[in-house]
Amino acid sequence: MAEPLLEVKNLKVHFPTEDGLVKAVDGVSFSISPGETLGIVGESGSGKSVSMLTTMGLITRKQAIIEGEVIFEGQDLLKLPADEMRTIRGAKMGMVFQDPMSSLHPFFKVGDQIVEAIRAHQNLSKKQAMEQAIDMLRRVGIPRPDERANQYPHEFSGGMRQRAMIAMALVLNPDLLIADEPTTALDVTVQAQILDLISRLKDEFNAAVVIITHDLGVVAEHCDDIQVMYAGKAVEFGASRDIYYSAHHPYTWGLLQSIARLDADVDRLRPIKGLPPSLIFLPRGCSFNPRCPYAFDRCRQEEPELVPANGHHASACHLALADKERIFKEEVALTS
Amino acid sequence: MIRYIIRRLLWIVVVLMVVTGLTFIIFYVFPTTDPAVLAAGRNPTPQLIAQIRHIFGTDRPLFTQYLIFMKHLFLGDQYGWPGFGFSYQDLQSVKQEMYSRLPVTISLTVGAAVIWLLMGIPIGIVSGLRRRSVADRASMLFALLGVSVPIFWLGLLMLYVFWFKLGIACSSGYVPIFKTAGTVGSYGLLPWACHMAMPWFALAVGYAAFYARMVRGNILETMSEDYIRTARAKGLPERSVVFKHGLRGALTPVVTMFGMDVAFLLGGAIITEVTFDMQGIGLYAYRAVINSDLPAIQATTLLAAFFIVFANLIVDIVYAYLDPRVRYT
Repeated sequence: MAEPLLEVKNLKVHFPTEDGLVKAVDGVSFSISPGETLGIVGESGSGKSVSMLTTMGLITRKQAIIEGEVIFEGQDLLKLPADEMRTIRGAKMGMVFQDPMSSLHPFFKVGDQIVEAIRAHQNLSKKQAMEQAIDMLRRVGIPRPDERANQYPHEFSGGMRQRAMIAMALVLNPDLLIADEPTTALDVTVQAQILDLISRLKDEFNAAVVIITHDLGVVAEHCDDIQVMYAGKAVEFGASRDIYYSAHHPYTWGLLQSIARLDADVDRLRPIKGLPPSLIFLPRGCSFNPRCPYAFDRCRQEEPELVPANGHHASACHLALADKERIFKEEVALTS
Repeated sequence: MIRYIIRRLLWIVVVLMVVTGLTFIIFYVFPTTDPAVLAAGRNPTPQLIAQIRHIFGTDRPLFTQYLIFMKHLFLGDQYGWPGFGFSYQDLQSVKQEMYSRLPVTISLTVGAAVIWLLMGIPIGIVSGLRRRSVADRASMLFALLGVSVPIFWLGLLMLYVFWFKLGIACSSGYVPIFKTAGTVGSYGLLPWACHMAMPWFALAVGYAAFYARMVRGNILETMSEDYIRTARAKGLPERSVVFKHGLRGALTPVVTMFGMDVAFLLGGAIITEVTFDMQGIGLYAYRAVINSDLPAIQATTLLAAFFIVFANLIVDIVYAYLDPRVRYT
């Protein structure tokens, strides 16, 4: 494997609140190489967005306690002063957010918002920057980009706005693109287009991509690796096919079973029972044990470590490997 | 846009007509006292009252009175256009009186508006950006005191301390900038500003406090918007995140508020004018109501209504310019 572009080591992000310490991210590690796509999957509050916002240096709450290392192109971003971090943010790392309706400033023209991103990092005239912006809008598949650049976000449809967001994130040719639930707010028909666009542009720009999502189905064909997060920790990591065809963690099984499908003979979706735990008072032992149908005594006592099963594929679960494979085959593979 | 403005201007005329009608019903149809009796003095003879009624025109049928009022308003009367008739108190032209008083109220309102914007907006910004800091707490204490303090109390206190005790401020009353035919006594820019200073401040404090709170709230709300996170993600310097992206969103709603507040005060800042003995529209309106001076009531009400509806139009036009999502056809 090539030298990783981004390596996150044992990242912890805790927020002190009046009710107690919220452990939003609690010891997460992953790495991504140039040209690779990593999917980070988990439900709301699993820490997937917070970990990437931390990587971008976008955690603005001053009280946040951030520990660990975020090594990007050889330097630890967590140790960088704010103004140096700013020169990386936007230029070497771009980010696309969940809701393109609210992520673009409603009072400024789309073209101008992209121009602003260019001119924050490059010493170009407005005219030159606008040419670049229009060119970028064309590359993300916006028809008549020279006219569209002169319009306001409310004149764009949802899919077009997300394309504009992607254009803004990629216009400086960053090495890393972080897409935080890029398709959640969009129509299903548009979702696939946006993911295809991200994949295509990843190749064109030779960038690495992190896609954050709560929907395993969405990232299936677009990710090389997938990391599944639960309650601020990584519970399973593996190549995309490992996760789909031989997942090892009961939480991942739950996610797989809750994907809506048309081709399998399933009468109803099988949701994961229960609610995500409070990030202040995590259950003893494995965080997932209260919702896990396979939990046994050890799960309630001892917290499982993320251990590799075969090379690339790792999971944090006390079940024996043979049991995991058997349960997946017998129960999960049938329905998913 | 042009068609929209023309339509709105026509509506303004309609609204003002309705206002004259309502005012007429309230004060002419259900008058508190007969203005003729008030004007006749002590122990008048019935003949004198009848004579005064005839001069005032209040002896005619109500509907005729209203038609005559409207006719004068549109076509002018013996004092020119627009015809507001003569005051029952001194038999002088209401229009002339209004013209001479308008500069007082405009001076008061515009000066106070500048002060409250210069105070309220920066205080609100600092306080919103540095939430829970000492500056924020001090600002919010100011805001609480500012909205709670009555203008007449603050005004009298200021007069007592700065003019009467310390002698460092000018007294109450209004001094014009320019000498005109009616000018008695001093005039000029400095005396004007000196006499305006305390009324301006007394009037501005409450508004400044209110604006500080409003701007603070808007800033807090705007800075947590997704588009602020996008601006940061682009790598913009924090000052352009705050001053370009943040303030644009936070200050736009202030425009609406400001237009309405200024318009309201232009119709007469009654309490401030009374406290500082300034012969403005507000004081005139107040005296008109006390003395059942019907033509003066009509004129001041109509002027106040005009400022409100006109400011509404201005605010809507400015808003369409500031917020591209707002479009009129």
